[in-house]
Amino acid sequence: MTAHGKSWVLHGGVLALLFALFFVLPTYHSGQLSRIMVLAIYAMGFNILFGYTGLLSLGHAMFFAAGMYGFGLTVNLAGFPMPVAFLFAILVAAALALVAGGLALRTAGVSFMIVTLMFAQAAYLVVLYFGEYTRGDEGFVVAREGRMIAGIDLSTDAGRYFCAWVLFGVCFLALAKLIKLPFGKRLIAIRENEERARMLGYDTSRYKLMAFVTSGAVSGMAGATYGLLFGYVGASFAAVPYSIFPLLWVLLGGAGTTIGPLIGVFFMFYLIDISSGYTNAYMLIAGLVLVLLTLFAPQGLAGSLRQKVMPWLP
Amino acid sequence: MAAVSILETKGLTKIYGGLAANEDVDFVLARGKITALIGPNGAGKSTFVGMLSGRIEATRGQVFFEGRDISHLPAHKRIQLGLAYTFQITSVFPGLSVYDNVGLAAGRLLAGKPNLHAAKAAEVLARVGLTDRADQIASDLSYGHQRVLEIAMGLAQDPKLFILDEPTQGLAESEIADFMALIQGLAGDTTILLIEHNMRVVMEVADYITVLDGGRTLASGTPEEVRANAAVQAAYLGTGVDA
Ligand SMILES: Nc1ncnc2c1ncn2[C@@H]1O[C@H](COP(=O)(O)OP(=O)(O)OP(=O)(O)O)[C@@H](O)[C@H]1O
Ligand SMILES: [Mg+2]
Repeated sequence: MTAHGKSWVLHGGVLALLFALFFVLPTYHSGQLSRIMVLAIYAMGFNILFGYTGLLSLGHAMFFAAGMYGFGLTVNLAGFPMPVAFLFAILVAAALALVAGGLALRTAGVSFMIVTLMFAQAAYLVVLYFGEYTRGDEGFVVAREGRMIAGIDLSTDAGRYFCAWVLFGVCFLALAKLIKLPFGKRLIAIRENEERARMLGYDTSRYKLMAFVTSGAVSGMAGATYGLLFGYVGASFAAVPYSIFPLLWVLLGGAGTTIGPLIGVFFMFYLIDISSGYTNAYMLIAGLVLVLLTLFAPQGLAGSLRQKVMPWLP
Repeated sequence: MAAVSILETKGLTKIYGGLAANEDVDFVLARGKITALIGPNGAGKSTFVGMLSGRIEATRGQVFFEGRDISHLPAHKRIQLGLAYTFQITSVFPGLSVYDNVGLAAGRLLAGKPNLHAAKAAEVLARVGLTDRADQIASDLSYGHQRVLEIAMGLAQDPKLFILDEPTQGLAESEIADFMALIQGLAGDTTILLIEHNMRVVMEVADYITVLDGGRTLASGTPEEVRANAAVQAAYLGTGVDA
């Protein structure tokens, strides 16, 4: 089979497996899995910029939060119908990415990390400052009307799971396609050697901005989906840990692989879930495993697979 | 001679701190010919071609390509006009396959036409003898093959002007012979500007030679004229009458 064929079998297989799991897993685990799929969308958004374009942002929580608040506030305060609020949320995140990216991309390397971090910090403070509407750290619950589509209640176990599955699937397949398109290949070229890409006639600044906006929009969509399916919007999602999580997930799962983000989120969730069953010091165990993985599988789980047994892995 | 020119510079200057790496270089490049740019280490050759391609910003002076002032165009726009550039220090996409490297080079013009695109990549790989290695990761190639790959990436763009910064450095004798045959085959359609330390290559392939020394043009002309130039002999070839 061609690499292309194998890749579609893998992607289709993963989606089929996730679909089937709902019917065999106990409620607790299918609930976990819906959360994992939503956060994997976030990790995939982050991966576009970090894994494929080679740009490390430490401020992606601002896009996740932009999507989440863009959705929750318009539903609750403006009474937008759900689909409108959802699209609006993605636009808000994309617009924020256009502005933040336009400025942050004037810098590179460590300065780029710092600038994105500062932007996210500013966004976090904005959320707190408008506490009257955002309810600050305490957060708010998304109105029930905002969690229905075509009569389907998305706050039930099944509604939530399959909505997460559909949105995850769309992003998963779209990203697998994206990196095979000329646009995706050019992002990879920038990651590999920006100077060379520029000296082949590619406007690398423009491509980096496009990658940044795409990444921000997908991250924002993940935030909106989180608000939609779990019904809660709070400032903790705009804080620093939510900028660091996607980095950990992607590193663990495999930066620059399509499947890595899902694996990373899944692994981290269950690592914490299982170790917390044994000891209170579960973060210590999680930390230790992370250190070991970074030492022995620096390409992440999917990255190591690609290196050793599956060179075709996209 | 008075051949038609494809590129000219006027007063091109680059100053690093206090050091003039290039100073008031006036230069005319003959279309369709092979021109060698020679000069001792640190003469300013790489700086000069860097300013032509836009990779290095000129302190002052102008660059004209096909009669058009491109002094203020960013590098990618100059490349889009039909310049291709290979670096003195090999610069490819290390983690990508040989095929993808060439594909990216051909892709700017042909990405919307998958059939032409694949055919172009295959043709270029065959031309430089890398067909068998198409699936190898570039960083796994030998140094010589990486250099050849970078040349292939230049070819894949079908440039009007191909600038090569010391392409034969680190190549084996047989590869050098292949390289000379390759660029001689290109000349005519493509203009070639070649920085080269290997005088055998220069004397064999160059139609014209420009000598840079201390950031200034010391001499320009046919190989015979340059060889006969006393200043060049004294400064560079080391065979001067008064050496
Ligand atoms: N980025 C830089 N900053 C400061 N000085 C530089 C820089 N690049 C080049 N130079 C200096 O400018 C002069 C010309 O350098 P250049 O690389 O153009 O020479 P060259 O003719 O290509 O030499 P070589 O044959 O060694 O490649 C040298 O003295 C070099 O040290
Ligand atoms: Mg040089």
